[in-house]
Parts: sequence; structure tokens; C-alpha cells
Amino acid sequence: MKVDLTVNGKDISADVEDRMLLVHFLRDVADLTATNVGCDTTSCGACTVLLDGESVKSCTVLAAQASGHEITTVEGLATNGEMHPVQRAFHQEHGLQCGFCTPGMVMAIVSLLKENPDPSEQQVRQGLEGNLCRCTGYHNIVRAALAAADEGKVSA
Amino acid sequence: MSILGTRVIRTEDPRLLTAGAVYVDDLRVPELDGAARVTFVRSPVAHARITGIDASAALSEPGVVAVLTVQDMTDLAPPPPDSGEPVGGEGPAPLGGPWSEPLLAADTVRFVGEPVAVVITDGRYQGEDAADLVTVDYDPLPAVVGPEAALTSESLLFPAAGSNIPLTSPVSADDAPFDACEVVVEQAIVNQRLACMPLEGRATAATFENGKLTVWHSSQNAQLCRLILCGALGMAPDQIRVIVPDVGGGFGAKVGIDRDGLVVAWAARKTGRALRWNETRSENLVGMTQGRAQLHHIKIGGNRDGKILAYRIDVIQDSGAYSRMGGFLPMLTCLMAPGVYDIPAVQAGYRVVVTNATPISAYRGAGRPEAAATIERAVDLFAAEIGMDPAEVRRRNFVAPDKFPFQTKTGALYDSGQYEEALDKVLAGAGYQELRKEQERRRASGDVRQLGIGISSYVEITAADGAAGETAKLEVADDGTATVYTGSSPHGQGHHTAWAMLVQEELGIPMDKVTVVHGDTDLIPVGVGTYASRSLQLGGSAVHKAAVEVKDEARRQAADILEAAEADVVLDTISGLWQVRGDPEASLTWAQVAGHTSGGLVADVSFAADLPTFPFGAHVSVVEVDTETGKVTLLRHVTVDDAGPVLNPVLAEGQRHGGIAQGAAQALLEEVLYDADGNPLTSTLADYAAITAAELPSYELLASETPTTVNPLGVKGIGEAGTIGSTPAIQNAVIDAVAHLGIRHIDMPTTPQRVWTAINEAQKAGNQ
Ligand code: FES
Ligand code: FES
Repeated sequence: MKVDLTVNGKDISADVEDRMLLVHFLRDVADLTATNVGCDTTSCGACTVLLDGESVKSCTVLAAQASGHEITTVEGLATNGEMHPVQRAFHQEHGLQCGFCTPGMVMAIVSLLKENPDPSEQQVRQGLEGNLCRCTGYHNIVRAALAAADEGKVSA
Repeated sequence: MSILGTRVIRTEDPRLLTAGAVYVDDLRVPELDGAARVTFVRSPVAHARITGIDASAALSEPGVVAVLTVQDMTDLAPPPPDSGEPVGGEGPAPLGGPWSEPLLAADTVRFVGEPVAVVITDGRYQGEDAADLVTVDYDPLPAVVGPEAALTSESLLFPAAGSNIPLTSPVSADDAPFDACEVVVEQAIVNQRLACMPLEGRATAATFENGKLTVWHSSQNAQLCRLILCGALGMAPDQIRVIVPDVGGGFGAKVGIDRDGLVVAWAARKTGRALRWNETRSENLVGMTQGRAQLHHIKIGGNRDGKILAYRIDVIQDSGAYSRMGGFLPMLTCLMAPGVYDIPAVQAGYRVVVTNATPISAYRGAGRPEAAATIERAVDLFAAEIGMDPAEVRRRNFVAPDKFPFQTKTGALYDSGQYEEALDKVLAGAGYQELRKEQERRRASGDVRQLGIGISSYVEITAADGAAGETAKLEVADDGTATVYTGSSPHGQGHHTAWAMLVQEELGIPMDKVTVVHGDTDLIPVGVGTYASRSLQLGGSAVHKAAVEVKDEARRQAADILEAAEADVVLDTISGLWQVRGDPEASLTWAQVAGHTSGGLVADVSFAADLPTFPFGAHVSVVEVDTETGKVTLLRHVTVDDAGPVLNPVLAEGQRHGGIAQGAAQALLEEVLYDADGNPLTSTLADYAAITAAELPSYELLASETPTTVNPLGVKGIGEAGTIGSTPAIQNAVIDAVAHLGIRHIDMPTTPQRVWTAINEAQKAGNQ
């Protein structure tokens, strides 16, 4: 079937299998490979992207369902070569090691901070319950989220 | 100022954060254009004879290129005949002889998830459809589930072997040391089976063109992959190139290449098609090697003054269906059995058994967390029995600082350690006395939420194979940039940052002019890899050694250009300029010096260490246990992890954080489970309780740096320390929270159900 998506501001139309998952559309059709697949039970969050600004697990959305919608992946987060504050905070706070969970984590935190610009540590931890990281022990991911929130407060 | 020891954020990150890493499945190289997809047909049963395979229905599906089984492996040499010789030993290598593991199941399957056939399809989704259509007839055999069932040898995995016990190193039965003790405690302790679960599962891509096999593999060491491929496929090293791109975590389970990856490489050669394989998480949770899976029986004895006099540990290692590590893991457990204590009599031994479960291999710590978990439990059991504070018992038994190098009763030679200092530091950092008072208060008031304080003191062995060394080649080009080719193989650790720091430190070439290359056997034919917390002490020392050699050569060249005596030529490592002492006018850049040589400045070295190193530390964990529900909340975790001088605190802390979380996961939540027929109950991430941010606190890390003399950097390994220290501290904390109810031990993971059951049983016993 034919689908039309806007991915990181770019319109992409393609003829795809009905059952094609959004994450495979992003990776195989749009050739945006930063978004990863870490499970087959909607448990890990590695595939998290924004759909019309809200975080979704792109392994649980069909490309067809996303047709007509706007998708943002981590590749589309920086503006004019400047990293997004959440990306910058991940770098500063060493919020990533192997990097596999990272695109999903970053997108989940972008969405979390949009909903709650000034979260407590506990709120960040609860908010990231659906995003697994096997490397960092979450310590620096949580710090990165809080640091990005702080930066948001200063610039707001 | 030296850059070493300073907080340098990673050079790797901007790419990973904006474009994403390039893992095997992300590769968009021309060689893999139009690559077909590999899907495995795996055994759904734990133990059975295969009586037939019918692929005809699958083959008639659209997009199916081939279905391959063991019958198609006619191009591979048959396994060597069973010589009847002993099957192998304590090296980290698979057992041979009757215990051999095939690439694809021949006539028997021995665990759920064992590869039976591969389906090759043009498209991603076609593979799953077609794999479902491959009919395999299984004639079930009784499953051997768990190590104790294996010992009975009622059902045999390998009838030709005559037992389920490939290796034994019997523990002494001499009770004399215990007879002399005032107090003796015995306990069975489970160190449960865990999923390693790197977030990127296993992934392989392969092409075979003009007689050359190229394999992209998610691995901890490209060169070992090539060696294994040569053996399995009967090829020469120069016919194979292995490329390891970015790797999404390994934790021991990606050392080398396992049978699934070998099958993909073989299938590429067989079909001539470019192939890709990327396992699903459900495959990963049954197909990737798992960790731990030991059962311990211990005995600890001593006097009421707190002195421990004797310790015995009898290890049963469940190796799963195929022993991929021989006796290596339990050997390490036995080697490290007495931990940080100077115990006059130590008895340690093991039995390796095979069971109808996923094979066991290294997982973060590999044999050492098991040793630490059990000795630290044993010390707490002993402390509870004599009614002494567990911190005090530890103090009375530590190896004293003036005894290093210290030869243990189990044969380890500890290089350096300050065990009491580490404990005192962590107790002070945690506020131990105040915590005990708070615990007293809650106990006295009968608070539903009881406080538990757990301690561990640990020592571990890193770079146990230091003699195997590591390679580094360093080139300075005539544009003044440097390139490091390392045999070490990062998968999250930050080698690119760390190696560039070492080069800047020694040569004054700024980090942003240093490129680090790893994981390509064409560029780096010789290398060992990243595992066993070996990278900095071996790979880093090799980079350091290469930099020193390049510097020496550069000095000769600079002296030649400047027409000065070598002894008068000095490198200013701040400006990166070569100068003549006393003549500030005469100076040369690295570009000028390198340009003066014909072949550029190159040093190609390897560094080997004569001895392993023994990092150590102490952890305090604070938990709250809800005595009505059994729910455990980890409130605080405070650590001292001493691995010698820290190259980059950012990276070292990251390793500690990740390690602590994996230890907490074992202590609190995670366990691979099977039912009575050997069916896995935790084969998806919906069932396997991988630890999340919501279950963990921020960690409190304290610094401590005791150098070693076995390498020029003075460093030890930090990759596994967090896990080794945290697991027992957290388990001890949970038990400590309910100790006043008469509870002495709860096995890991200390799930609400287990804790609740222990409380309930203790209350029943108390009411009788
Ligand atoms: S891949 Fe989408 S949640 Fe795991
Ligand atoms: S950085 Fe490796 S999984 Fe999060």
C-alpha cells in the first residue's frame, strides 16, 4: 500500500507491505538507521520516535498508521548543526556508552520534558521505565535529563 | 598539565547522538546491497531426536532463496573422531570429543532455541513466514533441567559420554580445619542464571566474493572471530576479513563468534549471496549465551572472636547444553573463593554439568561475581552466627596491607590492596553508624518498612590472560595527525577517547588530531580484544608503548633536522613542538618531523603483562523492605572501587555505574527460568525482568587509587568491578533488613515473592 510520511521535515512516499512497521520504514525506506530495534514485545524503547510531537514506540506502529503524520527521529533533532539541549546534555553528562538505547532515550526525554519541563529525579526515573539501557546503569541518563531541564529553565 | 586523570567527555558521542552509531544492521555498504535475510529455524523443544526435516512448503514460498540444514554442510570437514582422550580443561574453550557442539543440529536438539536450519529470503518479513513452514519432526527425550538433575545422570545429553559431568575438580573433604572451629555454618547458595542482554542482539552480515569471505559481526574481538571462522570453515586467515563496526554492548556474550554467526558466514559462502542476520530479542533470550548459573554449597568456620579459620566452597556449574567454556568459569570462582580474607584453610572445587538449557559463557565478571557473592554471604552468615557486626568481622580477617604481594590459598597472587581502608572509607561515606541507628529505631517501632544495610568487600582478577597481551600501531603522518590501530575492541567503553588521551599525553598531539581505528582484520591482523577488564591495562599500555617508541624515533629525526644532539632535543607536550634545549627559536612541528622521514613515523607494538591485576573495593547498600509485601526498594548504593590511577574519571565512573546496575539486577530482579520440561519462561523482554531506571537510585561513588606495578600506567581493570561489588552488598542488605525476624539467607533474585515467603516462614517458625 502507498504511504506518505513527513520524516524530519522531509516528505517520503512509498509503496510498502501492509504489515511494515514504522521502525522498518524509517530504517529501510527512509534510510534513517539511528532508530534501533531492541525487542519484539514493546518493552525496550530503543525505537522511540516522535509522532506529531508525541513519543511512540515505532516498533508498535505500522507505517500505514503513521501515514499523513510527522515523524521526528534523533537525526532530525539538531538545528543548523547545533545539537538539541537533550543531545548536548547526553554528551556532557556521559549519558551513553554503546549508544544503542540512546536515540530512543533522547527522544523519550525530549517528550518527557515537553510534558514536564521541571521534573524531579523520581519523575524522570518513572518516565523512563519503558526505555532500557544495559550500559549506563541509568545514572548519567537521569543526570542528562535533569541537566537538559535546567538548561530549558535558564533559556525560558 | 597532564590530561590523564581529567574529566574529558567522549569524542565518540556527537556522531552517536546526531546520526546514530553504525551497528551491523545499519551498514549500508555497497557489498551488502540487495543482501538476503537469514532467519533461523530453532528447536522449540529442550531435548529431542530429530526424525525428519521437510522444507518443501517453505521453498515454494515467494522470496525464498534457500533452506539449509546440516545435510547441506558437505563442504565442511567432519568433526575429528572422538579420540577418547580427556575432553579439555580449564581454558576458556569449548569442550570437544563426545561433548562437541555442531553448527546446525544434526540428529539431536539439546536446548530450546538451538539452530536447526536457516531460511534465506529476499525480504525481511518473508523469512519469518517461511521459517514457520519448515516442518521438523521431533521425538522428545527426557529433559535435564537444572544442575541437580544433571548430577543424577538419569537422562544423558550425550549418551556416548556416559554422564552429564564433563569436568570435575573435586573439593577436599577434609573436615579437620572445621573441627577446630568454635562455630561452623553451612549453606546452599544459588547464583542464578542470567541473560547478558546487550541491547543490540547478535548480528552478522557476510559476503563471499572471489574466494574471499568478508564477515561483519557484532563482537568484542574481530581477530578471534577470524580465528574461529578459519577453524570452522577450513579457510586460511588471508581468505577472511572480519569487520566489527559499532557494537551495542557485549558484556562477555560477544567474545568471538558463536555458531549462529558461523552458520551465516558459511551460508554466504555456500549460496554466494550477500547475507544479513539480525536476531530478534526473543531469539536472543534463548540463543545468546547466558551467565552465572552456579550452585554453591559452602561451609565457613571460625571462632567467636570473629576470626575465620576455614572456608569450603563446592561449585556446580551448569554449563547449559554445550560446554563452551570448559572449566574456566568455576575455575575462576574457585581461584577467587576466599576474596579479601586471609583464611588459614580454604577448600574449593567444582563440577561442570550439562543441562538442556542455553549454553553458559562469560557475563560481566565471569566466575568472579559468583565467588564474591558467596564469600560475602558466607561472612555475613558467620557474623550473624557469632552476633558480631559484619563490618567488624571483615576487618578482623582482611589480608593486611603489609602482606602484598599476597599468595592466596587458592593460588592467586594479589598484587596490591588496601581492603580495610576501602571499607572504612565506604562506611564513612554511607554514614554507617547513623544507618544502624535508624535501623534500630525502625526495628524497635515495628515499622512495616524495615531498613537493611549490606556490605561487601571484594577483590577480583582482571586481565587474567595478561600474557596474551594487546597490540597497538601508531602512525604520525606528515600533516601532524596521528592514527592508532588498536587490537582492543570497544563496544561502549570509550576507547577512542581514552587512546587519544594517551597519545596527547605522551606526544602533545591534540586529541582532535588523533584517530582511533579498531575491529578490521585487514587493517589490524593481530589483536586480542575487549573482555576481562583488560583494555586499558593491556591495550592502553600498548598505545603508551607505541607512543614512547614514536617519540624516540621522532627525537632522532628532530635532532637530525635541527643538527642538535639527541639529548638536547625535547618535546614540549603542551605545544606539541620539538625544541632544542636553550634555543627557543629552533622548533619543529610533528608535521615537519614526520615529513622528514621516508615512511612516516610508525611504531607497531604489542604489550603483554607478566601478571594479572587485582582491583578491589567495598560497597554499602541501603534497602527498604516492605515486610507486608516483600517488596525491596534500593535506596542508596555507595562504593569504593579501586582500580589504580584513573585515566578519565568520566569513563571510569560510567563503567562503575553500569556494573552496579547489572549487579543490582542480579540481586533484585533478573533470572532466566525454565519449566520442568526445559521450556524457557523468560524468552521475551515482557517476561525477563531487565532492570529499569525506576528500580534504581543514583549511585554514590568514592575515589580510591592504589597503583599496580605490572604495567607502565599502574592501572587495573574497572569494567566488571561494579557488578562484583554490588551484587553481594545488595543481597546482604535485603537479608539484613529482615535478619531480626530470624532470617539468615534468601537466594537471589530477592523478588517480593521470595522475601515475602521468607518472612512468612520465619513468622510461622517463631509462632511455633
Ligand atoms: S524495539 Fe520498540 S520497544 Fe523495543
Ligand atoms: S548505552 Fe548501551 S544500551 Fe544504553
